[in-house]
Amino acid sequence: MKRRFLIPLLALGLLLAGPARAVLTIEITQGVEGASPIAIVPFGWEGQGAPPEAMHEIVAADLQRSGFFAPLPEADLIARPVDPRQVNFANWRALNVDHLLVGRMAALPDGTFQVQFQLLDVLKGTQLAGYSIRSRLPDLRRTAHQISDIVYKAITGRPGAFDTRIAYVTVTGDRKQQKTFRLAVADADGHNERIVYESSRPLMSPDWAPDGKRLAYVSFRNGRSEIYIQNLLTGQAERVAGFPGLNSAPAFAPDGRRLALTLSKDGNPEIYVMELQTRRLIRITRNFAIDTEPAWTPDGKALVFTSDRGGSPQLYEVAVGAGGPAGRPQRLTFDGNYNARAAVSPDGRHIAMVHREEGRFRIAVLDRKTGRLRILTDNRLDESPSFAPNGSMIIYATEDNYRGVLAAVSVDGRARQRFRLQTGDVREPCWSPFKR
Amino acid sequence: MGTLTRIILVAGLLALAGGCKFAPVKKSGEAIEPPPPVAEQPAPEAPQEKRYVIGEEASLDVSALSDPASPLAKRVIYFELDSSQVDEEGRDIIGRHARFLAAHPELSIVLEGHADERGTREYNLALGERRAKAVRQLMVLQGVDPKQIQVISFGEERPVALDHNEAAWRLNRRVEILYSGY
Repeated sequence: MKRRFLIPLLALGLLLAGPARAVLTIEITQGVEGASPIAIVPFGWEGQGAPPEAMHEIVAADLQRSGFFAPLPEADLIARPVDPRQVNFANWRALNVDHLLVGRMAALPDGTFQVQFQLLDVLKGTQLAGYSIRSRLPDLRRTAHQISDIVYKAITGRPGAFDTRIAYVTVTGDRKQQKTFRLAVADADGHNERIVYESSRPLMSPDWAPDGKRLAYVSFRNGRSEIYIQNLLTGQAERVAGFPGLNSAPAFAPDGRRLALTLSKDGNPEIYVMELQTRRLIRITRNFAIDTEPAWTPDGKALVFTSDRGGSPQLYEVAVGAGGPAGRPQRLTFDGNYNARAAVSPDGRHIAMVHREEGRFRIAVLDRKTGRLRILTDNRLDESPSFAPNGSMIIYATEDNYRGVLAAVSVDGRARQRFRLQTGDVREPCWSPFKR
Repeated sequence: MGTLTRIILVAGLLALAGGCKFAPVKKSGEAIEPPPPVAEQPAPEAPQEKRYVIGEEASLDVSALSDPASPLAKRVIYFELDSSQVDEEGRDIIGRHARFLAAHPELSIVLEGHADERGTREYNLALGERRAKAVRQLMVLQGVDPKQIQVISFGEERPVALDHNEAAWRLNRRVEILYSGY
């Protein structure tokens, strides 16, 4: 597979089909105290040989990773029911299990699979959810993630984000010249990594379109920063900004039709909004300072951005009108002298950012309701926060032994996980929307 | 020219690395004393000499660009954290190149701005540009045509020093002067 990447033509805007390596592994570094105990029984199997995927393991890993569930170890299962009729609730109550997931999978003559499952409330002895899903072999992992989403929603009342993906940048190569920058997309559990773009030139700032089918990013393929939008289904990439000066920090508006970006074509870095269909530019900021890193509020009516107009980088918010800014930018951050690279939570209440404290860069979250800033991480160089589409977790880039790794933390700081790549640096994670 | 070569130039090392060609200028009328003949050894080559006068960069020809001993050899300006202020040493380096470039309107340069790894990537991209533009401004004030100068920022994406300490960061907060074609 590596050899194919050496062919320059293939390197340009390529979506690799076929099975991919699972290079990201995830470990839970901190679970939530009082996580809800759940028993996930191995699914029954009707078919030849062994089942093609261990569905229960994928679901258990998902739920454990969220921090809100404590799946019972498989060895502790007192029985292995695959149907609610086989369940003796009293036995499970004795194990102090709150919920029980049972299921079965059958291979159908046409090569597809029928996956059925029921989520049971052990205390009440009732069914909380029950579904039958038709799936195909390459989609079975995804089906398992969808089951995790259903379980999560049924118990917590909030949508799950297990059937989503993350985009990120990896850098491999020796310490001198021969570096390789790759833009990758993987399932939210780190599996199914696909390289979608590769270059010997720097690559940064990936951002998902709301349709989950396109990525915007900054590439130096022509020797300086330019913005491209790449279609993940066709592999085609289109340059949308190649003006003199900086072309950077792309951010899709929630409507998918506009792109906020930073251009310095008029002298110094300013925020613009581009209407993608017409390529018409609307200038949003006008200041001698650096204005960059725009992030949309979920209603698509305002941008939060970084500016050093006050002497140090801080976050500001400006309303976006039809032909320019609607009102003056308002400063949002006042703690410390470095607050940058905002990410707004899907419900708009929280703003995650990179916050400097005593020379260290941490991920912090501003609660817009209370005005409180909470520092969530404690490493030296944490950056690029990105919210899961359900707002439950923030994925970000950090380092382990000076190597770039990804980590995730819940907004309340209680649940933590770490993603490990086998080789090289991984950075700039961006969590996908629900759609794909 | 590779980064490695540039570092060597910057360090002002007189020892020449492979790929960095030293093309000395022979001045006519230079007195060269023939060495006394020695029987066993081949005759040593005539010493090659050059003299430079600080402040007279305008009189240099382009061969000075490939001479690691010339006043134009230093081509990196360093910056403090979060700053695009040019210090005295930086102003000196910029002045030399400005005088040379003003006298050679046929030459053009790229000012490549960089930042250290601390802080966010996009902000650092902007900071690298601001540093390069600060250098450009000083050159233009000294008579260089803005058309001779192109500004590019790489932010923190192309460090020259890969350690994670103040010594490495200091080397990475920089603007490199790159002569097109040299």
